[in-house]
Amino acid sequence: MKVTIDGISVEVEAGTSILNAARVIGGDIVPPAMCYYSKLEGSGGKCRTCLVKVSKGSEKDPRPMPKLVASCRTTVMDGMEVQNITSPEVVEARKGIVEMLLINHPLDCPICDQAGECHLQDLGYEHGLAKTRYEFDRRTFEKTDIGDKIQLHMTRCILCYRCVFVADQITDHRIHGILNRGDHSEISTYIQAAVDNDFSGNVIDVCPVGALTDRTFRFKNRVWFTKPVDAHRDCDHEKCNGKVTLWYKGEDVLRVTARKDVYGEVEEFICNTCRFDKKKTADWVIEGPRKISHQSVISSNHYDTLQPLPVVKTNPLLVEANKEQFDRQTRL
Amino acid sequence: MARKLLLEHINVPGINTFDVYRSKGGYAAVEKALKTLTPDEVVEEVKKSGLRGRGGAGFPTGMKWSFLAKPEGVARYMVCNADESEPGTFKDRYLMTYIPHLLIEGMIVSSYALGAKVSYIYVRGEMMPQIRILEKAIAEAKNAGFLGKNILGTGYDLELYVQPGGGAYICGEETALLESLEGKRGNPRIKPPFPAIAGLYGCPTVVNNVESIAAVVPIINDGGEEYAKIGIGRSTGTKLISASGNINKPGIYEIELGVPVEEFIYSEEYCGGIANGKRLKAVVAGGSSVPILPANLITKTINQQARLMTYESLSDGGFATGSMMGSGGFIVFDEDQCIVRNTWNFARFYHHESCGQCSPCREGTGWMEKVLHRLEYGHGKMSDMDLLVDVSKKIEGNTICPLGDAAAWPVASAIRHFRDEFEWHVTNGPEAITRNFGLAHYADPLPEPVAS
Amino acid sequence: MLKVEEIQTPVAFSAELIAQFADVVSRYPEGKQKSALLPLLHLVQAEFGWVSPPAMDKVAEYLDILPIEVYEVASFYSMYLLRPQGKYLLEVCRTGPCCLVGAEKIMKYIEEKLGVREGEVTPDGLFSWRGVECLAACGFAPVLQIGPEYTFYENLTPEKVDKLVADLTAQSKN
Repeated sequence: MKVTIDGISVEVEAGTSILNAARVIGGDIVPPAMCYYSKLEGSGGKCRTCLVKVSKGSEKDPRPMPKLVASCRTTVMDGMEVQNITSPEVVEARKGIVEMLLINHPLDCPICDQAGECHLQDLGYEHGLAKTRYEFDRRTFEKTDIGDKIQLHMTRCILCYRCVFVADQITDHRIHGILNRGDHSEISTYIQAAVDNDFSGNVIDVCPVGALTDRTFRFKNRVWFTKPVDAHRDCDHEKCNGKVTLWYKGEDVLRVTARKDVYGEVEEFICNTCRFDKKKTADWVIEGPRKISHQSVISSNHYDTLQPLPVVKTNPLLVEANKEQFDRQTRL
Repeated sequence: MARKLLLEHINVPGINTFDVYRSKGGYAAVEKALKTLTPDEVVEEVKKSGLRGRGGAGFPTGMKWSFLAKPEGVARYMVCNADESEPGTFKDRYLMTYIPHLLIEGMIVSSYALGAKVSYIYVRGEMMPQIRILEKAIAEAKNAGFLGKNILGTGYDLELYVQPGGGAYICGEETALLESLEGKRGNPRIKPPFPAIAGLYGCPTVVNNVESIAAVVPIINDGGEEYAKIGIGRSTGTKLISASGNINKPGIYEIELGVPVEEFIYSEEYCGGIANGKRLKAVVAGGSSVPILPANLITKTINQQARLMTYESLSDGGFATGSMMGSGGFIVFDEDQCIVRNTWNFARFYHHESCGQCSPCREGTGWMEKVLHRLEYGHGKMSDMDLLVDVSKKIEGNTICPLGDAAAWPVASAIRHFRDEFEWHVTNGPEAITRNFGLAHYADPLPEPVAS
Repeated sequence: MLKVEEIQTPVAFSAELIAQFADVVSRYPEGKQKSALLPLLHLVQAEFGWVSPPAMDKVAEYLDILPIEVYEVASFYSMYLLRPQGKYLLEVCRTGPCCLVGAEKIMKYIEEKLGVREGEVTPDGLFSWRGVECLAACGFAPVLQIGPEYTFYENLTPEKVDKLVADLTAQSKN
């Protein structure tokens, strides 16, 4: 099927969403997505940041669609023409959505662990206004610990529902959910409880903002001062293949996350053992530095080579474990 | 006297019981449909009647039915939307209370037309007395052989159940209703797929309003063409109007579509004029969601034509000078009412009822309520009106379901037509708390159209 | 979020209640018993006056669904009371059409009459009141309703409220 987005045509399979077709093209014309997550079935459609204008429905039925549509949940038709950044209507609507998402957000980025890799930050920077027109008290919640590894900062939540989908689809038992209605909605367990099972830590990775953060990394460092390194281990959990990103400060692994692609989505979900309990370099086989999009604030502090880390070079055990990498270095 | 199709026998004592209802010709439509018509013929009659959905959107019922997917071996469902919650609308409560068998008869015929073997009537939970009435009526109908296995010996089986809601306006939206009926939070689904393809339990489903389903009964009895003769143009048949507010005779009126609005407000047959000898200030013609109109625009269109109670005439002039038929919730405001206060009240309603799923509605409805509250209590700013219009525009059309639009329209239209009153609230803050703006110029004759 | 120690002692469902549950569940296709959740919560509330966490857990167990699914639903719909209320909860409509004909005055009158604010319970445990959104009875405004059968009181005046409160007080003593 042929679809044209902002004047650029691409061939995609039937059933592809407009958003995913745009991701095939890549670049500026990809609509931002705060709630859609390609690895979580049923996600999307809620945040409305990915709204686009369908100026031609299809080759068969060329009528434009009457309203802007959520590109993440609208499938392409053959001959469809879509306007994203070329439509002033879309740009204006998106500005409105960003403003709505921000009116009750605390903007506590200076003390938020997510800062630097926060999608709402990026969204606000790229599509928002410099000032707010909202003059009322912002909605607040008490922060709570859901278990000893995860902290829930509901005040920052934008209700994308991703963590609920993770609990439903990746873990074996959902304990938290969305309570209440309207702008009183909150992520909660209702009765204080620990969200604990082998894959619960993935809610941290899918959270687009700092609502769910890693307690073991809390206030340890700003993400842009840490250096991401791809590594793997032979994880004995049947559903986890142990491929992760380690975030180094000097010689210390400050945190472990799943590997994320250019849209911030994890490549594969990882288990809690890999995430929380393996924080020594010796636990891992180092693959090399993680490439971070050059637009990200994190990359401002990064090197982009395939050289083994200093920490690996100084430790004979690690040199042995990462022989491959040294070989590659010699080859290069 | 106008023709009554739904409420013809409403004053017959005991019409809420099966025996009396039957003696007045009740369940003839079931007999006719099941014994002499095929399901497709029933759909055809409804199409011919031109019946438009009475829940608010006004989508042709027959067309909705013809969209129903019919894959082999998959159950189909007929669901009645009795989650009546639109402020100003109380016709379904009235119908279910006084003539429940009419709804049940309509449900049997509709279910037959669509091939549903199990059907549900989703009633808002607050209407517990009506749920009891319906349950009793269903038991009576089942006893008489009009429900259950092999109805009237025709081989058609149907079970009909009543499902209570839990208190959520949003469940009047058909996909939210289906979610709720599945025992979930009433979050509207993202469409497509539409319920006609994947509705209740993922099966093809039709959801219709109580009044639409009741109207199927006279359509089958008299024939679709006969029904279509009533009314004007594409507004066929009769419609229940819920009249409330500052009028002498609030209540439910069955009108033939096409009655002039002025007659509806002032004639003794209907509302009986404005209560306490006051003057008319404004009308919300179709339930709280539709744009409010000042007195001079509700009785006449911008082109000085008499405005009629039809889908087309009420929306004449678009949103600039018109409104909508909606669900027929006719709310009348007299000269002592404060439009700002009422707009704030409606905004609070939508803020309270937003499901919170998508961001423009979740955040925007609360924002509008706060700004309107500030205006009403004399702390507003001149820029607030433009802010409200802009916020309403950011919500309108950008949400998953129509609740966003429903929240935006009353605010935008109140500012469009009553801007002076809003500004007065800003300039005369302290006074606005103690006194109302009054009728002002809102009933003044419209300017003559400029000759072209 | 509720603290664990706030949760009351477990509740027991009577055989009659369970029989009612079974009747409701029989209305839905096999495997779709979750549909019974809303009606079941109404039954629980009619029995106990509110929906307590232990009662919700038992409903979850009965329907073979997760407890959080019940919490999510119970907190979404406005009719379910997640805190104990007075024996008679007066729910007064506060939406537009009712306000056009004096609902705000009636609410104020009820507040003064009962001497408690919205959401609070009178010291004798008999009454509480709250404003609710449109009850679809705009033609008989102002209106209020009282659960669990949601009996309607229409065209309210201060005198009618006086009588209602007196009647209910007398009724509670029998």
